[in-house]
Amino acid sequence: MIAALGHTSILLAFLAALVGIASPLIAARFEPERFRAVARYSIFGQFALVTLAAAALIYGLIATDFSIKYVAFNTTRATPIYYRVTGLWGALEGSLLLWEWILIIFAGIVAWVYRKRHHEMMPWVVMIFSIVSAFFLGVIGFLSNPFETVSPIPLDGRGLNPLLEDANMMTHPPLLYTGFVGLTVPFAFAMAALIVGKVDEAWITTTRRWTIIAWFFLTAGNLVGAWWSYHVLGWGGYWAWDPVENAAFMPWLPATAFLHSVQVQERRRMLKVWNLSLIIVAFSLTIFGTFLTRSGIISSIHAFSSGPVGGFFLGFLAFVLLGSFGLLAYRADMLKEQPELDSMVSRESALLLNNIVLVSALFTIFLGTIFPLLSEAVAGVQVSVGAPYFNSVTVPLFLFLVFLMGVGPIIAWRRASWDNLKRSFLCPAIAALLLGLGLFAWKIRDFLPILGFTLMAFVAFTIIYDTALALRARKRIAGEGIIRGLVTLTRRNQRRYGGFIVHLGVVLIMMGIAGSMSYSLEKEATLALKQNLQIGNYRIQFEGLKGSQQPTHFRVEGAFRVIHNGNDEGIMSPALKFFPIQQSPVGRAVHQSSLGEDIYLILSGFSELDRNQATLKVLVRPLVIWMWIGGFVIAFGTLICILPMKTTQLSDT
Amino acid sequence: MPWRRLAIIAFIIGPILALLAFGFTRDARYITSPLIAKFATPFTITLFDGRKLTLDDLRGKAVFLNFWASWCPPCRAEARDLEAAWQKLKDKNMVFLGIALQDTDQNALEFLKEFNVTYLNGKDEAGKIAVDYGTWGIPESFFIDPQGRITYKHVGAIRAALVMAKLEEAAKGIVSAQEGRGDYQPIR
Repeated sequence: MIAALGHTSILLAFLAALVGIASPLIAARFEPERFRAVARYSIFGQFALVTLAAAALIYGLIATDFSIKYVAFNTTRATPIYYRVTGLWGALEGSLLLWEWILIIFAGIVAWVYRKRHHEMMPWVVMIFSIVSAFFLGVIGFLSNPFETVSPIPLDGRGLNPLLEDANMMTHPPLLYTGFVGLTVPFAFAMAALIVGKVDEAWITTTRRWTIIAWFFLTAGNLVGAWWSYHVLGWGGYWAWDPVENAAFMPWLPATAFLHSVQVQERRRMLKVWNLSLIIVAFSLTIFGTFLTRSGIISSIHAFSSGPVGGFFLGFLAFVLLGSFGLLAYRADMLKEQPELDSMVSRESALLLNNIVLVSALFTIFLGTIFPLLSEAVAGVQVSVGAPYFNSVTVPLFLFLVFLMGVGPIIAWRRASWDNLKRSFLCPAIAALLLGLGLFAWKIRDFLPILGFTLMAFVAFTIIYDTALALRARKRIAGEGIIRGLVTLTRRNQRRYGGFIVHLGVVLIMMGIAGSMSYSLEKEATLALKQNLQIGNYRIQFEGLKGSQQPTHFRVEGAFRVIHNGNDEGIMSPALKFFPIQQSPVGRAVHQSSLGEDIYLILSGFSELDRNQATLKVLVRPLVIWMWIGGFVIAFGTLICILPMKTTQLSDT
Repeated sequence: MPWRRLAIIAFIIGPILALLAFGFTRDARYITSPLIAKFATPFTITLFDGRKLTLDDLRGKAVFLNFWASWCPPCRAEARDLEAAWQKLKDKNMVFLGIALQDTDQNALEFLKEFNVTYLNGKDEAGKIAVDYGTWGIPESFFIDPQGRITYKHVGAIRAALVMAKLEEAAKGIVSAQEGRGDYQPIR
């Protein structure tokens, strides 16, 4: 019954989406106001129906209704309730439903919030949303149906993939999907602006908050993914340049560029074509990402099972790309007029360079991701492209980006005079250089890390210096102390100070990446009972193995005493989990974090014959915790950017 | 209508889409083996009857080496074919050796009993033999000539006729140009 309810809701929602697509075309010919309402109601209708379908599937999962094939394949009776809920996005069909649900929630909110504004654009915004929604509903309804029934009803289900039985399963996919889907909002407005011919700043001002929110979720989703990889997967790394990881990261690059580049259009009416292209590319990459994961054309540990779905996604991607860029070409004459760049040393050129660097990074990562396909198509040679390529091309680009992060927010608009530059940058630059020399004197001798840390310090110092100057001015003018002054400054210029905090967060993340990439230590050994392993300032002693039966698996834990600089830090117990349906065990590494470094223990193996022996791999990774701290700082900064702070709130038009 | 711009757009987007579409025509997981025409890596294996066997012991005979597991459906599908091929070839100067991967002794022995397998079989204890031969999907079959060189590799279930044909070639030292493919199960 649930299956029928869910499937019917999806089909009805599909019909509602078709109405949504047709509505502006009808509105253009007949009485606009009534058909604008029809457009809105089609979105609300889709929202209600999709929510009903999602609720039905969640109910089926929680109640372990094994008549539904999806439930039978993704849960067992023994699966805890919270993992049954995450089963909603654990496999292909359910994940598409999640995507559609989040999409229609965004569409619903947009349709409601702007119901009395943007009269000319809104029907087209609704149409774009409905096109995307219709596509996903079509795939869910006709090709990849989560409500497919199975007969005879099995007694027990197959269960969630053991690797997915982790707390991060509750946060990583929803966060990432919200980020992807969130980019549909600025995209829809951009397309509506092109269709209607209103390509000035209105659509950008309206969608600013939406873009920041989508960007934030995309950042958070990627970071939680990195955390999951580090914390759970047990190889001591947080990013493998796996094709699907790249697919999640690639939309982030043009989204970040877009976020910054729109400022130039808002202030100077420049870079219009850049901005439209960036949001088209960002949205297309979200479709590309979901295509890559579901088509089977590139092998990846993240890939869902492939099916006929892949071909349809490719078709939709083609439609989106050709349609959007076609529209852009059609309106190109309207976009041509713009002021000239006054000077190469200005905020505009810094932001333009920002665009170029981020797009270059995108290009190199995209090339690396599809290169196996390219090489086989052109030369018949099978290659795989891994970390060495990606690291070598992205590191220089990102280092330059750090430099831009320091210069961009502070440098003057139009033309920065030599005086400007000296006043804003001389002190921070000197301070950063001194820090760099200090690091060199201490023990960091390699070029790239020193350059990286110096640039990061430069960013931090420019922010601190500029804020300090502003606080000094507040003190002089209004007698405000530091806290009061910061509050006033932030209230008066949310975007600037929120942006500063986000940049500081990014610097912390890059600090963590630089430290762990350049100075990690690694060692592996087979230890007998009470035997020691020495690595860096740590001495690890093997204390014994312990086996225990858990609800879903059998667990073998190794107890290792960690002694750091002579201090006994206690016992750490990495484990191997043996699941009945898996042939090889799933590792569960453990780590202890401190501000300076992480000590990371992996139980590689043990002998079934000799209980007093274990193979241990130890990693010492400096500064990793700053990546997660940086994530929280970014979250805080984003909140500052978007929370309404003024007492008299102006609306967003 | 700005045709030139549209044409430029189509020229950039078109090839990318075509490349992605090309991806559908191939199997992303397939890895071509670099071992063909190279000497087979020596190994020692403990057979299920307790004896120890090394690859060198089989020098001078054509060898059919088959990696399998009891939990793999394509292995079950080919098992009778392999035994039938062995029955036809056992009086010639050829050897069939099966190696069980990621399996328990009990399940493996039950598998052998179910399909009445009479040729030599052992278990890859540490998984080292599978790694040395680059197995990534089972069943995988290697054909080794009397001098110890790999002449042919087949990933996936193989039919009796092909086994016999390729073993004849191996006995003569003929190296195959291409690998063979059948139904396979990826191993973790």
